[in-house]
Amino acid sequence: MGETFAMKILGRAAGKKVREGEIVFVEPDYVLTHDNSSAIIGKFEATVPGSKVKYPKRLAIVLDHVIPAASSKNAAGHRKIRKFVDEQNIRHFYDIGTGICHQVLPEMGLVKPGSIVVGSDSHTCTYGAFNCFATGIDRTEAAGIWITGKTWFKVPETINIDITGSFTAGVSAKDLILTIIGDIGAGGANYMAVEFNGPAVAGFRICDRMTIANMGIEMGAKIAAFQANSVTDRYLEAMGVDISEALWSDNDAEYTRSYEYDLADIVPVAACPHQVDNVLPIQELPETGIDQVFIGTCTNGRIEDFQAALEILRGHTVHSDVRLLVGPASRKEYLKAMQMGLIQDFVEAGAVILPPGCGPCLGAHQGALAPDEKCLSTANRNFKGRMGEKDAEIYLSSPETAAASAITGRITDPREVL
Amino acid sequence: MQVFCYKQDDINTDLLFPGKYTYTCSTGPEILEHLLEDLDPAFAKSVKSGDIIIAGENFGCGSSREQPSLGLRYVGLKAVIARSFARIFYRSAINQGLLLVQSPEAVEAYNEGNEVEIDPAGGIIRIEGRTFNFPALPSEMLSILADGGLLNHIRKEFSGGDER
Ligand code: SF4
Repeated sequence: MGETFAMKILGRAAGKKVREGEIVFVEPDYVLTHDNSSAIIGKFEATVPGSKVKYPKRLAIVLDHVIPAASSKNAAGHRKIRKFVDEQNIRHFYDIGTGICHQVLPEMGLVKPGSIVVGSDSHTCTYGAFNCFATGIDRTEAAGIWITGKTWFKVPETINIDITGSFTAGVSAKDLILTIIGDIGAGGANYMAVEFNGPAVAGFRICDRMTIANMGIEMGAKIAAFQANSVTDRYLEAMGVDISEALWSDNDAEYTRSYEYDLADIVPVAACPHQVDNVLPIQELPETGIDQVFIGTCTNGRIEDFQAALEILRGHTVHSDVRLLVGPASRKEYLKAMQMGLIQDFVEAGAVILPPGCGPCLGAHQGALAPDEKCLSTANRNFKGRMGEKDAEIYLSSPETAAASAITGRITDPREVL
Repeated sequence: MQVFCYKQDDINTDLLFPGKYTYTCSTGPEILEHLLEDLDPAFAKSVKSGDIIIAGENFGCGSSREQPSLGLRYVGLKAVIARSFARIFYRSAINQGLLLVQSPEAVEAYNEGNEVEIDPAGGIIRIEGRTFNFPALPSEMLSILADGGLLNHIRKEFSGGDER
């Protein structure tokens, strides 16, 4: 019987053949932490006072969650992190404005196909887009890995998702992954690896892969991964990343479950409050007026997302009842968007541009909602209270749907305005 | 001993500890103020050491923030018994030294007001005279739990000179 991607990658790291369910100890290639590094530093220092990080080159620290600091308490946290970075010689440190961690790590060439990346952030699964075994851990475990360089994994079972066909107009990767999550459920892939296979994958751009892998955790997945191909090779080689260690499942690998999707069947959908798996076709939604639209985050804050939104938005203005917020995923994406005139187009349409970072996604600052307000967001999570107010409602959609809705002031199928 | 029963599925980390406090609250007392705030506003005031939570499927799904597991451990919660747990939360609980028990049967059997007893070493839950077994944890996890969490476990390894 063949092996799955998860078995192969954990087996190689553990230096032996592994079976599903087995516990293995491995040394991750990178440990990502962000603003929460200040709390992790506290744990590190309390556990091994005066010690050095075991593998400083394997740490990646990105300040992105609450930037610029919203309070002096945040600012003190950021300062503590900068000091630690200096003392411990952390080379891969990216200060505020570089971008959202999950966009920055690929941009900086830290996501090598076939590598293991852990992060004290649940959307670390994003790097599955680049053939990484990438998964979230908590702060305590991050501190543990800073100290020991290693951690344990249970070798997961694998779900296979086979994708064929191509998208119809107005439909994109976000609609696909929301549809999948709606079918599989918020816990349907709990503890499991998810692989995306099938002929349609060859046609996915980097941004499509990232949008899809990013949301793996919303169905509980431990990792959500793609095979490396010419698209990822070209992107990574341009940054000098070693692509020689990519791995993928054998043809006769055994999957615990399999699903099939034809992209031609996917329609614009939204995840409705307060669960990501509460997914409905936009056409089946009752009339839903909105107060705020947010286009950004590690799920959909890239150039292609902005282009897709602007194709709909150009020539229109944002509805007078709606605030449109746009957050580039990174400085690089921001610069590209400026050079291409996208930022100007957004501003002309009435948008407010936010600094490259998480922005309103986690409800800690910018763009917070008032009680009973409704926000349509291109983010990955619509939990109650997520954007700072438990009596607000968050809907999740593609950038296309977000743009169409910003024009009409209610959640709108983008095909209506195309 | 009190039992807090939240049998609905998919209780997420924002319900256990709202994200807006993630970067301002990290110690036990700070976390306790907002623990389960949007799920059960009465919880933080009434929870005591030795209490138990009963929950449905996929408890703790969502963010990797550790305030939920750290906070529950801080108040001395004896265990969470659920139909199932979200993976990162499960890991995080072990890292904090908080006992999680997966037993859909026990969750099913529990009715309000029932007495619940847990014997972690024996892998047994008792509810009103009925017993339910749960599978023992792998030894790696048991030793982390026994040491009171991952960092205590590492501290012990280091001071013991056993640097593996
Ligand atoms: S953009 Fe949102 S989901 Fe992505 S890392 Fe930031 S807070 Fe998390």
